[in-house]
Amino acid sequence: MVYTAFQGLFSHWWRHPGQLLTLLAGLALATALWSGVQAINAEARAAYDRAASTLGQDQLSRLVRADGQPVPLADYVALRRAGYLVSPVISGELRGDGARLRILGIDLLTIPPQAQAPVPITGGDIDIGQFLGDGMLLVNAATAAGALPADLPPLSITDTAPPAAAITDIGTAARLLAQTDPSYLLVDPDQPAGLGPLSDATDLVLAPPTQAGDITRLTDSFHLNLTAFGLLSFAVGLFIVHAAIGLAFEQRRSSFRTLRAVGVPLGQLIWLLAAEIIVFAVVAGAIGVALGYAIAATLLPGVAGTLRGLYGAQIDGTLGFNAVWAIGGLAIAVLGAAVAGAQALVRVAKMPLLAAAQPRAWAIAAARTTRVQGVAAFGLIITAVMIAMWGDGLLAGFACLAALLIGAALALPGLLALMLRGAERMARGPFVEWLLADTRQQLPGLSLALMALLLALSANIGVSTMVGSFRATFVGWLDQRLASELYVTARTEAEAAEIRVYLADQGLILLPILSTETRLGGAPADVFGIADDATYRDNWPLLVAAPDVWDRVADGTGALVNEQLYRRDGLRLGDTVTLDPGPNLPIVGVYSDYGNPTGQAIIGLSLFRETFPTVETLRFALRVAPDQVADLATALRDRFDLPTDSVLNQAQIKQFSLEIFEQTFRVTGALNILTLGVAAFALLTSLLTLAGMRLPQLAPVWALGQTRSTLARVELARSLLLATLTFGLALPTGLALAWVLLAVVNVAAFGWRLPMHIFPGDWLQLLIFALIAAALAAAWPALRLARTPPAALLKVFAHER
Amino acid sequence: MIEPTPLLQLQSVSKGFVTNEGPLPVLRDVSMTLLAGETLALTGESGSGKSTLMHLAGALDVPDAGILQVCGVNVAGLGDRARATVRRDRIGLVFQQFNLIPSLTVGQNIAFQARLAGRYDRTFTGELIVRLGLSDHLTRYPEQLSGGQQQRVAIGRALAGQPALILADEPTGNLDEATGDAVLDLLLDLVATTGAGLMMVTHSGRLAARMERQLHLSHGALAAPVVD
Ligand SMILES: Nc1ncnc2c1ncn2[C@@H]1O[C@H](COP(=O)(O)OP(=O)(O)O)[C@@H](O)[C@H]1O
Ligand SMILES: [Mg+2]
Repeated sequence: MVYTAFQGLFSHWWRHPGQLLTLLAGLALATALWSGVQAINAEARAAYDRAASTLGQDQLSRLVRADGQPVPLADYVALRRAGYLVSPVISGELRGDGARLRILGIDLLTIPPQAQAPVPITGGDIDIGQFLGDGMLLVNAATAAGALPADLPPLSITDTAPPAAAITDIGTAARLLAQTDPSYLLVDPDQPAGLGPLSDATDLVLAPPTQAGDITRLTDSFHLNLTAFGLLSFAVGLFIVHAAIGLAFEQRRSSFRTLRAVGVPLGQLIWLLAAEIIVFAVVAGAIGVALGYAIAATLLPGVAGTLRGLYGAQIDGTLGFNAVWAIGGLAIAVLGAAVAGAQALVRVAKMPLLAAAQPRAWAIAAARTTRVQGVAAFGLIITAVMIAMWGDGLLAGFACLAALLIGAALALPGLLALMLRGAERMARGPFVEWLLADTRQQLPGLSLALMALLLALSANIGVSTMVGSFRATFVGWLDQRLASELYVTARTEAEAAEIRVYLADQGLILLPILSTETRLGGAPADVFGIADDATYRDNWPLLVAAPDVWDRVADGTGALVNEQLYRRDGLRLGDTVTLDPGPNLPIVGVYSDYGNPTGQAIIGLSLFRETFPTVETLRFALRVAPDQVADLATALRDRFDLPTDSVLNQAQIKQFSLEIFEQTFRVTGALNILTLGVAAFALLTSLLTLAGMRLPQLAPVWALGQTRSTLARVELARSLLLATLTFGLALPTGLALAWVLLAVVNVAAFGWRLPMHIFPGDWLQLLIFALIAAALAAAWPALRLARTPPAALLKVFAHER
Repeated sequence: MIEPTPLLQLQSVSKGFVTNEGPLPVLRDVSMTLLAGETLALTGESGSGKSTLMHLAGALDVPDAGILQVCGVNVAGLGDRARATVRRDRIGLVFQQFNLIPSLTVGQNIAFQARLAGRYDRTFTGELIVRLGLSDHLTRYPEQLSGGQQQRVAIGRALAGQPALILADEPTGNLDEATGDAVLDLLLDLVATTGAGLMMVTHSGRLAARMERQLHLSHGALAAPVVD
C-alpha cells in the first residue's frame, strides 16, 4: 500500500523531470546564496583571528624598550637569571626583489605555550633539527605561493603560520635580519612564585596584550555589512524555497486527489510528502552548499583584497572547507523547506476530495490575507520609524532594519493592488482593463515571488548605496585628510632630528605632528598637536566648526574633537573638553575620523608642547612636489632604514583605496546579481505554478478574439509591469535600508556616521536588470502559452472538466 | 427574393484528434449550411462531435479536410490573427460552463467583446442588460452570481456586439429546467431581435423543436433529424 502510494507520488516526477529540476534548483540556489555569504564571512573572520593571535599577541604581555629599540641581550639574560619566565622574539622585515616578508624569530625552548607557536615539538612533519640548525621558515600556503625575497632558508608549509609572515628559530632570524638583540620579550603569564613584580626588576616597559586590535574593529564594519547582506539573501532564499515547494504541491494537486480517492489514508499521504520534502531538501541543500562554496571561492580573493587594503588586515585569498557553515547551509535548506512544506501540507490536509478550481474564491480569501498583511506592514513600518528616531544601540539598529524590510515586503501586495486599481480607473480600452484586472487577480499567487524580488532589489540598492557612500566619503576624506604628500615617522628623537636636517637641506617644509595617549573627559583618548599651516586651513574637512576655528586652535584657545567623541559624549560646539593632564578647552570644530574606535582631540602645537613636554616629535607631514614623492620616499626609507609603513605616500594610499573599493564593488555586485537571479527564479516558479491554473481564465479571452501570441505577450508585459512597480517600491525601501545602515547601525556599532550619497545612474541600471530578470522569468511560461495547441484551450470549454 | 448569404458553410469537412491511443476521427465528411437569421438545433449523443463542430464553426479550430466558410471567409486558410479577428467581430459564443472572465465585473464582461471589436453601442447594451435582468448586478463578479444569472451574462456578452452568428453549446446544460427554459426564451427572443443566425447544441428534443431547423450528429456524421 505504502509502496503503491509512493509510486503514485513519484511517477509524477518521472513524467515531469523539468518540474523536479525546478524544485531542486530553487532549493539549491537559495542554499548556495546563503552559504556562500556565510562562507566568505566565516573564512575572513577565521583569518583575522589567526592574524590577531600571531604569537599570542592577543594574550601575552611583552617587555619592550621605551624608545622602541631592541632589548639588549644582557637585559634578557639578567631577567632569566633572576628566574623570570620571558622569551625573546626577533621580529623584522626582509626585503628584496620587490617582495617583503615579516620574520618572527622565536626561541622554542622558552616560548610560553599561550603563544601557540606553530611548531609540533614531538614528531610530525617538521624537522626540529633543521629548524634549530641550518634554519627553516614556517609559512602558510598563501605566503609560500606569493612573491618572496630571494635566498631564504627552506620553507615548510604550516597552516597555522600567520599570514604574510614566517616563523623561524631566533638564531635564523638573527642571521637573516642581522640583529642579535631581541625585538621584544614575551612574558609568561605564570611566573614562578616568590619573585617580585617584573616592573621592579627591569627598566623595560611592560606592554599589555593587544586585545581586540584595531583590525578587528575596523573589519567589523565590513562584516556587519556582509552579515546584513547574508540575512537579506537568507530571506530571499526562504521565499524561493517557499515558492518551489508550493509549486511542487500545486502541480500534483490532482494526483493527491486521485490517491485519496482510491483510498490512501490522509495521514499516510502527509507522512510520505513530508519525507519527500526532507529528502529533496537534503539533496538540494548539499548541491547548494557545494555551489555556495564555489561562489565563495570565486569571490574570496576580492574580499581578501578589500580587507587587506582597506584595513591592513591580512587574510588569505583561499578558502578552507568549514564543516560548520556546510552543516549550517544544509540546516537552512531543510528548515526553509520544512517551514514552506508545513504550510503546503496543511493545505493538502484541508483539500476537499472533490473540488473545482475557483480562482475568484481563492482571490477573495487572498484579499483578506492582503488586508491583514497590510495592517501588519503598517505597524512594522511605524515601529521602524520609531526605533530610528528614538532607538539606541546596535540591537535597535538591527530591529529597525528587520521591521523595515519585513514591513516593506508585507506591504507590497496591498500597495501593488492599490496601484493596479488606480491604473484600472485610468485605463482606456477593454483589453488594458482586463490586463490590469487580471494582473490584480494574479497578485496573491505571485506575491511571495514579488516580495523576494522586492527584498533583492532593496538589498541591492541599500548595499550599493552604502558601499558607494563609503567610497565617496572615504576617498574625499582621504584626499583632504592626507593633504600632505608624504608622512614620515621616526623611531627616536635623534632619528627625527637627523631626518629634519636631511629634509631641511633640500628646502622642504616639515609639519610636525605630535600625539600622545591621554584622557579626555575621563576616558582614554589620543591628543594630537598640529602646526598652524595653510595645509590644514585649506584642506581639512570639518563636520561642524566655529567661524574662527583654525585661529583658535593655533593660539591654544580651542580644540577640535573627532566625531566619535562628539557623538559618544553628546557634545556640542562650545562645550568644553578636559585634557587630563591639561586645560579645559572649548570645542571649536568636529572632524570625521573613520574607522577609529577611540576619542581624539587636536590642539595647537605650542599648547601641546606646554601640556605634554615629554612627548617627542617623531611624526612629520611633508609638502613635496607630486613628481618627487616616490623618489623621496625611497630615499628616506633607504637612508634611515625606515620600515615601509613609516613613510606613507598619500597618492599611493589613495590609489590603493580606490582599487579596494573597486574590489568591494565587484564582490557586492556579484552578490547582487546572484540575489536578483534567485528572485527571478522564484518569479519563474510562481509563474509556472499559476500557468496551470490560468488556462480557464485565458481561454475565454482567446475565444472572444485574441490570439495566443497576444496573450503570451501580455504575460510578458504583466511580468515587466509588476517588476517595474516592485522596483518603484524597492527604491524607497533600499534607500531607507541604506540610511539605517549608515546613520543608525554604523553609528551604533562604530560611533561614526557616513554621509549618504545617492547614485541614480545605478538605479537605472538596476531597473534594467530587474526588467531583464522579469522578462527571463516570464519568457518560458509565455512561450508555452503561445505554443498551447487550440485543442488544449478548447478542453476548457469541454463539459466533462 | 434574393438568396440569403450563408453564414456558415461546411463541405466534406473532416476533423480528428491525435490521442495517446492513436488518431481519433471525430467528424467525417460533414456538409451543411446555415443562412443568415436562421436558427438551427444540433443534437446527438455525447461524444458524437457536436462541440467539435461548434468549435470549427466558431473559427476556434481548423478542419483537417474539406471547406469551412464562416461569414463568407475561408477559415482553413487563415492564420491565428485573422481567425481571432473573425471570432471577435462576427461571432458570439455561449458555453455550457458560462466561461466568463473571472477578473472582470458583470458589466465589463458584457461589454468586453463588443468593445474589443469596436462595436460597442451604449444604448443597445443598456437595453440588453435591462432585458437580461442584470441591471442590479453590474458591479458584481461572475462567481457572486447564480448559474442562471451567469449564463444571462454570457448571453449578454455574446449579443452586445450584435454579431452575425451566435453559437451556443448546450447553454442550458448546467441549469435546472425552469431556469434553462427562461434563459433559452431570452436567448431566442434576443437573437430574433438582432437578426443573427443561431446554431445551438442541445440534448433536448423539446428545445430542438423550437428551432427552425434540426440536424443530428451520429458518430461524426450528419444524419436525418430525429423528430419526436
Ligand atoms: N481536444 C481534444 N483532444 C482529443 N480528443 C478530443 C478533443 N476534443 C474532443 N475530443 C474527442 O472527440 C470526441 C467528440 O467530442 P465532442 O465534440 O466534445 O463531443 P460532444 O460535444 O458531441 O459530446 C470525443 O470522443 C472526445 O473525447
Ligand atoms: Mg460537447
